[in-house]
Amino acid sequence: MTAQAPQLRSVRARRTFWENTKRTLASAPISAWFGMIVILIYVLAAIFAPWLAPHGEAEVVGKAYQPAGEQFFLGTDQIGRDLFSRLIYGARNTIGIAFLTTLLSFAIGGTLGVLTALKRGWLDQAISRVVDAFLAIPVLIFALMLLAVAGKSILNLILILALLDSTRVFRLARATALNVVVMDYVEAAKLRGEKMGWIIFKEVLPNILPPLITEFGLRFCFVFLTIAALSFLGVGIQPPTADWGSMVAESKTLITFPVRTFPWIPAPFYPAMAIALLTVAINFVVDWFLHKTSGLRDEK
Amino acid sequence: MTEFEMKLKAAEKAVGLGKLSRRDFIQFVMASGVTLAAAQAMFTRAARAEPKKGGTFKAAVGHGQTTDSLDPATWSNGFTFAWGKSVMGAPLVQISPKNEVIPHVAESFEPSDGAKKWVFKIKKGITFHNGKTLTADDVVATINYHIGPDSKSPAKGVLSNLVSAKADGPDTVVFELSGGNADFPYLVSDYHLAMYPSEGGKIQWEKGIGAGPYILKSFEPGVKMTAERNPNYFGTTYFDAIELLSIIDVAARTNAYLSGEVHFIDRADPKTIDIVKNAPNTSLYNVSGTALYSAPMLVDQAPFDKLEVRQALKWAINRQELVDKILYGYGSAGNDNMLAPSLKYAIQPEPVYTYDPEKAKSLLKKAGMENLKVDLSASDAAFPGGVDAALLMAEQAKAAGIEINVVREPNDSYWDNVWIKKPWCQCYWGGRPTADAFLSISMAADAAWNDTRWKNPRFNELLVAARAETDEAKRQAMYAECQQLVHDDGGQVVLMFNNYVGALSNAIGHGEFNTDFDHDGGFMYERWWMA
Amino acid sequence: MHPVLKTVLQRLGLGLLTLFVVSVMIFASLEMLPGGFAEAILGQGATPETVAAFNHQLGLDRPAALRYFEWIGNVLHGDFGYSYAGAGGSIKKSVSAIIAPRLYNTFFLAIMTAIFAVPLALFLGIMAALHRNSLFDRAVNAATLTTIATPEFFIAYLLMFFFAIQLKWFPSLSTVSEGTSLLEHIYRAALPSITLTLVIVAHMMRMTRAALINLLASPYMEMARLKGVSQRDAIIHHALPNAWAPIATVIAFNLAYLVVGVVVVEVVFVYPGIGQLMVDSVSSRNMPVVQACALIFAATYILLNLSADIVSIVTNPRLLHPK
Repeated sequence: MTAQAPQLRSVRARRTFWENTKRTLASAPISAWFGMIVILIYVLAAIFAPWLAPHGEAEVVGKAYQPAGEQFFLGTDQIGRDLFSRLIYGARNTIGIAFLTTLLSFAIGGTLGVLTALKRGWLDQAISRVVDAFLAIPVLIFALMLLAVAGKSILNLILILALLDSTRVFRLARATALNVVVMDYVEAAKLRGEKMGWIIFKEVLPNILPPLITEFGLRFCFVFLTIAALSFLGVGIQPPTADWGSMVAESKTLITFPVRTFPWIPAPFYPAMAIALLTVAINFVVDWFLHKTSGLRDEK
Repeated sequence: MTEFEMKLKAAEKAVGLGKLSRRDFIQFVMASGVTLAAAQAMFTRAARAEPKKGGTFKAAVGHGQTTDSLDPATWSNGFTFAWGKSVMGAPLVQISPKNEVIPHVAESFEPSDGAKKWVFKIKKGITFHNGKTLTADDVVATINYHIGPDSKSPAKGVLSNLVSAKADGPDTVVFELSGGNADFPYLVSDYHLAMYPSEGGKIQWEKGIGAGPYILKSFEPGVKMTAERNPNYFGTTYFDAIELLSIIDVAARTNAYLSGEVHFIDRADPKTIDIVKNAPNTSLYNVSGTALYSAPMLVDQAPFDKLEVRQALKWAINRQELVDKILYGYGSAGNDNMLAPSLKYAIQPEPVYTYDPEKAKSLLKKAGMENLKVDLSASDAAFPGGVDAALLMAEQAKAAGIEINVVREPNDSYWDNVWIKKPWCQCYWGGRPTADAFLSISMAADAAWNDTRWKNPRFNELLVAARAETDEAKRQAMYAECQQLVHDDGGQVVLMFNNYVGALSNAIGHGEFNTDFDHDGGFMYERWWMA
Repeated sequence: MHPVLKTVLQRLGLGLLTLFVVSVMIFASLEMLPGGFAEAILGQGATPETVAAFNHQLGLDRPAALRYFEWIGNVLHGDFGYSYAGAGGSIKKSVSAIIAPRLYNTFFLAIMTAIFAVPLALFLGIMAALHRNSLFDRAVNAATLTTIATPEFFIAYLLMFFFAIQLKWFPSLSTVSEGTSLLEHIYRAALPSITLTLVIVAHMMRMTRAALINLLASPYMEMARLKGVSQRDAIIHHALPNAWAPIATVIAFNLAYLVVGVVVVEVVFVYPGIGQLMVDSVSSRNMPVVQACALIFAATYILLNLSADIVSIVTNPRLLHPK
């Protein structure tokens, strides 16, 4: 590894960023391509929602649960809003909230996790105790309580979910980092007198990245699911904001009665499918990334 | 009713009593052009009308909590409320399907002194489940438990006019009121007021021992209760045993019915009612009662202190759309009168508030309040579909230039922190047996539940006068004026009257339903039978 | 002292500290929540008088700090107190009596699910790592992703629709009570258990696979391959022992989830477990019950994680014999 590294770096330096990206993309498997295309479509839908959606997010345009047809591409929801429009606006809200929450939770949890694994001592103990207490309380119930205390704005929702999620990230980051910090190269870096930040970001983080990235993919999707579960229990996003998780929960009674009620797939299935598709897409991309960072050459 | 229908009714009754044979009945109805199959079905239905004993009745209700207890002062939900009416408990009087008072533990009752004093005679020979005989002392102890100074019972509010209850011998109880109330017997039909055995003036409710038709067998709070027939019950009942399940989730409840686990579910989801309706061997339990969904405005808070604003909002809401989309048609539009048409003395005040955004606009213009912006606190705790209803109202009011900002409030603590606290919120009202009971509790100036803080002197004067009035015509006129005042001036936006909708298996027989509460007025355990 | 034993004792001590922190956090949150037990129980029927009477009966009109210390003092003596519900009568319901049957149900469901889910997840994870990028790998990946990507209640309702309503193999209601026989209990809990299996297998399987693949690039794996060890033996004998730490962590997470996180499944199948009890008690501000549930959850979590940490230590010689 040490013998090859400088050589590789010099070769890559001669390629431009775009060439590099092209090369990387060209080597991507079909699943990763599928994932990237789906994510791209979602992101475009999120950005251009007001132009793409035929009706407003909160606009009541027809009767309740109208079937899909010429008038409404996917039919209407429980109070007669256009389902297709709400799905598009939902992309914006759902992805935005989930992304912010996950990013925040990884920034807090990941950094603290690695830091405590390196430092150990009283800091590790103090943070670990607090985190343990947080982790030891069921996330849904605790989120319900905290939301009731803090008030249910979207900002509060993001902060509370990020806080609760970061404790989970912390646990994983610390556990995996513990295996790395006992490695000789970390010892060596410490002896060299490297700064803590350098050790975290240059030595430890790259080596625990793969499990963390897998976790990121999953955590991101868990945010939708947590919001869906909160909606199911009666607390969720402030209406009329469209959010996929809440949309599934709002039409939950229709799930056990598919097809028989309506000629076409009933309302809760679309947002559920939107969530599932995005999750699969993100994780396909994550898998590809995991594969690349693992340093394995393709064995095909 | 046509002549044929009248004859048919008589024939059905005869079948029910076993006086008309199957053959004769079918011949009779087929003569009017009904097909054989239909005639046979009609016979089966009519034959079921004859009550018989036996069987275990299983019901699943959309209420119940792990905090439920046997303490009658804490009963407040659809799982516990019927216990005092027709399970373990027996109150002094019951309510009939025609909304009349029927003597129950009491044999008779007589008013005197302008309905300020009521004398109740207690039936002799009633025994509690533990064999103890029910006396006037038990009645007094029961009543005192609820009206005492440290009582936490909601019945305290119902009996706020009651000054004292005293035993006069072993089977007479005298009630003294602070003001005349011609409807007092209705008040003691309240489900909290089930009779319990007493010792030293204190009732013992801990073991669930009452005088009602069923003896408690097991009770797991928030899950299930079972009870068996009381062989010494002084009234009539049919089931050998009952089993009551608490299933909060409406989809789970519906599935429990569809998979045959229970005979009856309440609060069916209107969204999926067609599936339930078309299930084999099923009748829809669809009773238009006196319950309603409302949106009370605090009339002492801006901008609702302006009459024009209140009226503009009343015109800016399309109640029919709410009935169609929130109740899926299982109900009727409100007209800002708290009294459902089925209640005695109810009128339909004019003008009927239909959806008229232009009128709303002009009213606001008159008050100089164009581009009105108001917050509406909504929650599904106020009534199922509350948030959706608020969103619809916001869309409807846009046409009148009113911006309604829907604030979704938390479900728990809703009644504590939102209701009668936020200027405009949502609320539901369960059934009350009389006009007086309903208006006194919700609209009277000093009522604890006056959720509009509306204090109209004329209304309050009429309410007290009508309560003691024994002349029917005068009373009718007074209540009519009361209702008109609430309609015109009050802050109560009565959105809709919701039907009680459930699914009932054809294996269960029943008579005419009560309209005052769900579950056949709480009497389904006592009055229904296995067909 | 043996390092593992030392760690265990140390962690158990710290666990007690965690429990204390949890109880303070829960108590503080409950105090900050709007409304109290009386308001919650009386609902629409709450008037200032009835609320005051109720609070006085329960002693809730005293300062919060006093109530907390009174409560924790009793807990230290092993007395979890009485539920607020039903207070005032001569028969109080002790918290332990309320929780015991539900705790049994919760553990029953958790163990029943774990017995299927953990081996299944490990097997699928190892197989997927072995046959990386094969059709099998991709299929398992897509399938597990879809199950985690779907809201739990959605899966639950779908299973209910197919297996309870259409095929009628299992009951739609999972109500069990103390008299329920073991077989009946398993039969009744089948649908909740399958739902939970679908939810947790995905997470555990993916972490197993990721941990193994992560190690495939290590020099010693390269070495093993160069020595001519087959892919299968390399993974099972060389990679797996070193992958236990993250796998154990994720398994502990998921087992804890089976105990503490199943409230949604309990609601859908009307399974009388402890999650529903806690949510109910939170919304009715029934402090003694909430605290007891929270402590049980916390203890479960602490013990499972301690086990995961022990696995981490035992499987990593460097941690086992620190310099």
